[in-house]
Amino acid sequence: MADAHAAGQTILVVGGGISGLTTAIEAAETGYDVLLVEKAPHLGGRVAQHNKYFPKLCSPVCGLEINFQRIKGNPRIRYLTLAEVEEIRGSEGQYTVRIRKHPRFVTEACTGCGECAAACSVTVPDPFNFGMNQVKAIRNNHAMAFPSWYYMDPEYAKSDEAKKVAKSCPVGAIQPDMQASVIEEQVASIVWATGWKPYDAEKILPYGFGQYPNVTTNMRFERLASVYGPTAGKIVRPSDGKEAKNVAFIQCAGSRDHNYLPFCSRVCCLASMKQAAYVRDQYPDSKVTIFYIDLRAMDRYEAFLQKTRADANISWIKSKPARIEEDAQGNPVVIGENTLTGERYAMPFDLVVLATGMEPHSAVDAKVPANDATSDDYGFVTGGVLAAGCAAAPTDVASSVQSATAMAMKAIHAAVKKG
Amino acid sequence: MAYDLTFAKDVYKKSEMGHWIKMCMQCGVCAGSCPLRAHWQHSPRQLFQMVRAGKRDEVLKSSDMWMCTSCYNCIVRCPRNLPITHIIHGLARYAETEKMTDPMQPTRRFAVEVFWKNITATGRVGEAMLTMRLYFQDGIGSGIQKALEMKDSALGMLKTRRLNPIPFRGKIKGYDGFAKMLAKAAELESKLENKE
Repeated sequence: MADAHAAGQTILVVGGGISGLTTAIEAAETGYDVLLVEKAPHLGGRVAQHNKYFPKLCSPVCGLEINFQRIKGNPRIRYLTLAEVEEIRGSEGQYTVRIRKHPRFVTEACTGCGECAAACSVTVPDPFNFGMNQVKAIRNNHAMAFPSWYYMDPEYAKSDEAKKVAKSCPVGAIQPDMQASVIEEQVASIVWATGWKPYDAEKILPYGFGQYPNVTTNMRFERLASVYGPTAGKIVRPSDGKEAKNVAFIQCAGSRDHNYLPFCSRVCCLASMKQAAYVRDQYPDSKVTIFYIDLRAMDRYEAFLQKTRADANISWIKSKPARIEEDAQGNPVVIGENTLTGERYAMPFDLVVLATGMEPHSAVDAKVPANDATSDDYGFVTGGVLAAGCAAAPTDVASSVQSATAMAMKAIHAAVKKG
Repeated sequence: MAYDLTFAKDVYKKSEMGHWIKMCMQCGVCAGSCPLRAHWQHSPRQLFQMVRAGKRDEVLKSSDMWMCTSCYNCIVRCPRNLPITHIIHGLARYAETEKMTDPMQPTRRFAVEVFWKNITATGRVGEAMLTMRLYFQDGIGSGIQKALEMKDSALGMLKTRRLNPIPFRGKIKGYDGFAKMLAKAAELESKLENKE
């Protein structure tokens, strides 16, 4: 019976994004014990960084909040933040995992009042906003962050000021001398849900990201359009703060390309259509141009494509641009060949958004630390542990949730066999 | 309308690297990367699609593939690893073997009539004769005019010993080996052309 699990039947979920949250909550609500391990200071993952998401173009704050409430109300879920799985031994039904807990320098007593941040004089580039603004060295990522406990940058924790800031805390929650710790846990099954990171656009040299300030990426654009972002949601170009009313999106930037990511990430076409709507909604006289090889509006979203197509201020150019240059006014100039007309173009824009693809964390900085772990050519997890969401294949939020629910079922199978 | 794949299949088999054309996804990066893009009638991407569409005359009579300067920008940037530079040279060569090339196409004239004869006769390029042949291929009058136009460059090259005014006579050391290499290459090429 669900109430009678012995120790060792726990399901380990690695990654606290939308996939990991879903697997954890589905398994726990079915009656199984779950340990959820997240590397970042807060849960919510990549979805929390989005301004709006499919299918209803609603704020992800809402969807995440529902999930956080389900976690808060469920004693079967234990979650660790700032924690990483370092080693997996054993096999399905009887794994032993070693987990490293990085210091937060703030205990769970934190009420999120913000006195410490007010006392802190040191600012750092905000990693949550891809460094587009400065934030205090002790903070939480945004107003809806969960858990709401603040965290301190490790470098800052070493400073003398950190000790003074600790004294500013009304509940004594700040501990600048907090150390990392290592724990071992017995679990019956493991679901890898480490998600994805935006492909490093600086590697796409012909597009000049990092060189030209007005060439940005789709994930940065999400933050730029968010009211919680660096510009409070005003879509402006980084070089001079001018309103970005003539915006280009370049699809497959570093995707479907043997020089970069060879695969299609499945979401970027629709993501750019969504972001085109951000521009069109904000500035009625704006113009958007979308450069594409072919449009891949996956799943039920054909209707969204048709709606975007109906907007006369959005133009479509069938072409993978060859390169970007910058003119004297700081406008990025997109150069290539229109493959429908054969015309070779050089078009200036206020802002160019590169629709970069998804690089699985499991290929880079969250490899499955098990001897029998397997992955495909691109680093997506195929075996050794169960994989959910974008750790298994590039996909959107809705499909990630489906995948994560399926993996909860598979994880329960293993736990039941063990019991 | 039915597609006639005869020409495309010929190119895949008989034109060097031609089979790679199948892999082209028509993105247009090659055209945008080409420094000569203003001078082409058709970009590499368009040529590849014309091959697939069976436009034999338009492809083989085209001047386009003779415009390539082998800068390799397109090869470096092609998202699908097509060896575009080599495919383009292969198409030029294939057009030549099919006797479809415009004989007056300047690059073709230089490559086939001047450069190839010059280098195969002695085993090395003789700059003086190469230049003479190129300048005077349209007659004495225009040859003298071209020579005068390039006078300063030629004197500069002479001064910096980049141009040997004395025509190269005789043959290089080991010319027999060089001739064997050419014969072997021709044999391999004929096998490629006859491959069915």
